[in-house]
Amino acid sequence: MVTALPGDQPPVVMRHKDRYFVHVRQGGLFWVATTTADSSPFTIIEFLNRLSALVKDYCGVLNETNITENFALIYELLDEVLDYGYIQTTSSDILKNFIQTEAVSSKQFNLFDLSNVGLFGADTQQSKVAPSTAATRPIQGSREGGKSEIFVDVIERMSVVIGSNGVLMKADVEGEIRVKCYMPNCSEIRIGLNEEFSIGKSQLRGYGAAVRVDECSFHQAVRLDEFDNHRILRLSPSQGELTVMQYLLSDELPSAPPFRLFPTIERDKGGRLIVYLKLRCDLPPNSLFISPCVFNIVVSLSQELSSPDQRAELRPESRAVVWNIPRFAGGTQLSALFKLDIPDLSSASLLEVGPVSLSFELPKLTATGLQIRFLRLSPIQPSQSQRWVRYVTHSDSYTIRV
Amino acid sequence: MPYLSGEETVKELRRALCNPNVHSDPLRHRNAVLRVIRAMSQGVDVSALFSEMVKACATVDIVQKKLIYIFLCSYAAVNPELSLLVINTLRKDCQDPNPMVRSLALRNMTNLRLSSLVEYVEQPLIAGLRDRAACVRRVAVLGWAKLHDLQPDSEIDAAVVNELYSLLRDPDPVVMVNCLRALEGILKEEGGVVINKPITHHLLNRLKECDIWGQCEVLKFLQRYQPQSEDELFDILSLLDASLVSPHPPVMAATVGLFLSLCGSLPAVGLSALRRAQGPLLAACGSGSREMRFTALCHIQLLLRSLPGLLGAHYKRFFCGYAEPAFIKQRKMKVLVELVNDDNVAMLLDEMKGYCTDVNPDTAQAAISAIGHIGRSYSDRSLEILVGLLGLKQDHITSAVVQTMRDLLWVCPQCSSTVCLALEECEDTMQDAQGRQALLWMLGVYGERISSAPYKLEVFIDDVRNETSAGVKLELLTASMRLFLCRPAEMQDMLGRLLHHYIEEETDMCVRDQALLYYRLLHCGKEETEKVLQGRRSDPSLGVLIGPPAESISQWAHSFNTLAPLLQSTFKPDSKPQLSDALRCDPVETSGNCPDKQMDSSTHIQTSSSAAPLSLSVSPALSPEKFERLWLQPRAQHDEHAAEDDCLWIEESIQCPAVFQCSAQSLQASLQLVNVQTLAFTPAHARPWKVYLYTRMQLDSRGSTLILGELVHCEEEPVNEKERTRAPAAAPQEEKTVRVTLRQQPRDDETLKAFLSILTTVLHTHSSSNETLP
Repeated sequence: MVTALPGDQPPVVMRHKDRYFVHVRQGGLFWVATTTADSSPFTIIEFLNRLSALVKDYCGVLNETNITENFALIYELLDEVLDYGYIQTTSSDILKNFIQTEAVSSKQFNLFDLSNVGLFGADTQQSKVAPSTAATRPIQGSREGGKSEIFVDVIERMSVVIGSNGVLMKADVEGEIRVKCYMPNCSEIRIGLNEEFSIGKSQLRGYGAAVRVDECSFHQAVRLDEFDNHRILRLSPSQGELTVMQYLLSDELPSAPPFRLFPTIERDKGGRLIVYLKLRCDLPPNSLFISPCVFNIVVSLSQELSSPDQRAELRPESRAVVWNIPRFAGGTQLSALFKLDIPDLSSASLLEVGPVSLSFELPKLTATGLQIRFLRLSPIQPSQSQRWVRYVTHSDSYTIRV
Repeated sequence: MPYLSGEETVKELRRALCNPNVHSDPLRHRNAVLRVIRAMSQGVDVSALFSEMVKACATVDIVQKKLIYIFLCSYAAVNPELSLLVINTLRKDCQDPNPMVRSLALRNMTNLRLSSLVEYVEQPLIAGLRDRAACVRRVAVLGWAKLHDLQPDSEIDAAVVNELYSLLRDPDPVVMVNCLRALEGILKEEGGVVINKPITHHLLNRLKECDIWGQCEVLKFLQRYQPQSEDELFDILSLLDASLVSPHPPVMAATVGLFLSLCGSLPAVGLSALRRAQGPLLAACGSGSREMRFTALCHIQLLLRSLPGLLGAHYKRFFCGYAEPAFIKQRKMKVLVELVNDDNVAMLLDEMKGYCTDVNPDTAQAAISAIGHIGRSYSDRSLEILVGLLGLKQDHITSAVVQTMRDLLWVCPQCSSTVCLALEECEDTMQDAQGRQALLWMLGVYGERISSAPYKLEVFIDDVRNETSAGVKLELLTASMRLFLCRPAEMQDMLGRLLHHYIEEETDMCVRDQALLYYRLLHCGKEETEKVLQGRRSDPSLGVLIGPPAESISQWAHSFNTLAPLLQSTFKPDSKPQLSDALRCDPVETSGNCPDKQMDSSTHIQTSSSAAPLSLSVSPALSPEKFERLWLQPRAQHDEHAAEDDCLWIEESIQCPAVFQCSAQSLQASLQLVNVQTLAFTPAHARPWKVYLYTRMQLDSRGSTLILGELVHCEEEPVNEKERTRAPAAAPQEEKTVRVTLRQQPRDDETLKAFLSILTTVLHTHSSSNETLP
């Protein structure tokens, strides 16, 4: 079957005679389904994504070793999720009844197996190894009386294009609220959003600056009876991960874009290309991580960076200079000077420089300004339960034209 | 995990499984089984352990059971006899008080896929259908489908089928959906599960209980239902309205699919459903999963075929992200090309320009050809970018730009001055054969306007020995010939060298023959040569018909929400060449979009003998006088003596609204595209509106047949008796009808019918494109 595919080349569907292979890539692994031509690609792809999420829920982390270690568990999972090629259920609430015994035991066996490598014929030694109950799987961990925790994550992805004249050409924010619940006996969660949260252009609320999104959709398990008046989402959480709400803001940011770039590109007398970049962060003082990239055709490179802990490297295969900035405080400015030796540099080559793409993660921040006002659980949980609300904004694609 | 040799592993595992100490300790026993499964999933053939595993099956440990069942299901086919031993354990498990054990046993009993076991399985399956636990019923229902699949010849008991139908009312939604799936398989020969009115409404009412997978499945089954009245149809549609904008893409897609199939007769409703679904589809385009994005993009392409201007305002959503894989970027560009309009063209081209220098050459090439497409409607802006790109002197970019310019010239000859100017300055030699071919074509056709053209050709001719591509060689020959005709002084020596080389030394027969042909042609004198070589340098009709007509939904509705749109990788540049492609009437015209291949008439000579079954041509020309004579002469007697005359008359009405409102030139151009010559026509708004046309059609062995035709549209009063008698019945349609009279000589029914269908297609295409134009 599919063992190796180049990173971004394959289209999603492949065909061999009358059999079709649909794959998705999650966690560095290919998840492949075989099917016939008339099946719905939306369903298959959604299912494969859901399956990988389930495996992640049960195994903790998605990677190759984890999958091979937990093969028995994954067999069970597949057996319950699919029957005769038909999807039966992917709800972790239902599945936990069926998988329950498996999950713990397969963990024990993994420990056995590890201790057992190379001990052929020495079976009697195995009994000395005590089965461990310290399961690392998230779902399992909570049910075994471990910490009961709930995470509410507000995750936003920005895709921004800033023109060479500094004008914002495109700014979209896609966001979602994800609940990860590891509380066995929690019947209802109430999540309060900003009071002034509004959907669409016409509907403005409150007197302060409104937190506005263009489109918004909720998971079907969410009850919205208090949403209209109080902006409260009610739901009964299932174990594992659930995307409660998805929203989208397009073409408009409530505040200025977080990064501005002031590039200067010129040729010096020796035929080298001088790229001087000044990057300014317009956020309130805060610490964050970013790593911008400059595209270029480059042969050799010399650099001067404004701080010693930054790094810049040349990637000839993608014709890019990558400038890594481990820490970038809000309200400050960084600069870099790249001198690039390019054989037969022409004035037209200047056109080929750019665009600059930034990839970053802004913790504790949402681009839309959406906040979780409160998180209430009922029945009231014992004190050792922990509630986490996390905000993060990723760069989906943050491009600045040069 | 190190790979061990298969035999060693199997021996080792057998020893572990047979060890009595292991048997006494359930944990160790389970561990031994687990190692077998692990070896199995690593590809070791452990089928030799079958009997040991069967013994291990008798256990109370559910985990061990599950593991062993995985093993048994994989190897049952190679050990059918031993598998019989398992059946007792399985049947016992079917009586177990724990529903999980019951469902497990039942599921694996049917998963063994052994026809010898069918008799033992039926009874537990019947019991399973009535089990009080839903999970057992789910398994039992699908079990019947598996059983049927195992023995497709034997009938499943009618009582079971009835029971399955009654289980559609099961309280558990998964059981209900499984029933649909099972019945579909079992009754495949009778056309699948019956979806009648009560079942439809039952399914619709319970849709909300299902999870998204169940909803998708139910919606797919509902496509089979035909509502009995329009009221019922609208009731169903309004029930489904919420699913149409579901945040789950699978549900949304399945609902749209259902809308499209239900509204086959009401295209307006279908269109409005698509408009409503655009929001969720757009959201899917921004999904976190790139595969989902890709799927949504492919479906948006489908949507745009019927609603061309739909997402124009959202064009920014299709801008490519920097880290996106190439296949998504290329799809996005295809969508962007469709979305271009007066308001966004500047922004869009600006964005596209950025993609042209993408690191991935395929993406860069796609971006450049996308700009070329936009150039068909916004030529100045696009050409400016394309010319700028030539300055980059990147081999793959130059090649793509040159090809794009050629394609653009073919459609928009008015761009030629800019292109010629740009070519003048383009000094590069390209590695890519396609690019060189395009460059040569342009040098040949527009040679008189590019002052440096002979010198550019000289580079090629000097290097002729190193040329490997036959396509480039042919193109070089033709280009040199053409240039020789307009600039003989500069070309004479070079052409001589080239012909000499190709005739004396070339090993490729095709090239050599072409060279010989040209050589002899030159002997015939300048006029003859010109006649052959002056092929068309552009196809203005493509320009006239720009702005693809909105296709009807039914053209693609069947492929919505299937894998087909994802597999379509070919770039459909625009819909015009499809017209000639679809007709396949002339090999020259089919290459309309790639003029390099066979567009000059000299190559036509070669290809016409191997032409497609239906070949139209306008030569030898027919003078208007002769046409008139032929048209009028047999008319008086055509009822009586038609057969003797060996000519055939037919009259037909073609439904094509608005064809007579568009300009005669554009109609003429589009008819010329399929090699039909118009001889005379009335002004656009004159009544009756008439067009006279003719063509010759190649008959395979008997020479050619001449077809004369008349198109008439009249709204005031019918012109002849026949029309009058028909008028009362056809009164409401008459507005949109064009009456076609055709005369063929010598007669050949088949070709005449084929011609009529070509004509109909042209008129339809023409009138629909005319409708969409403002």
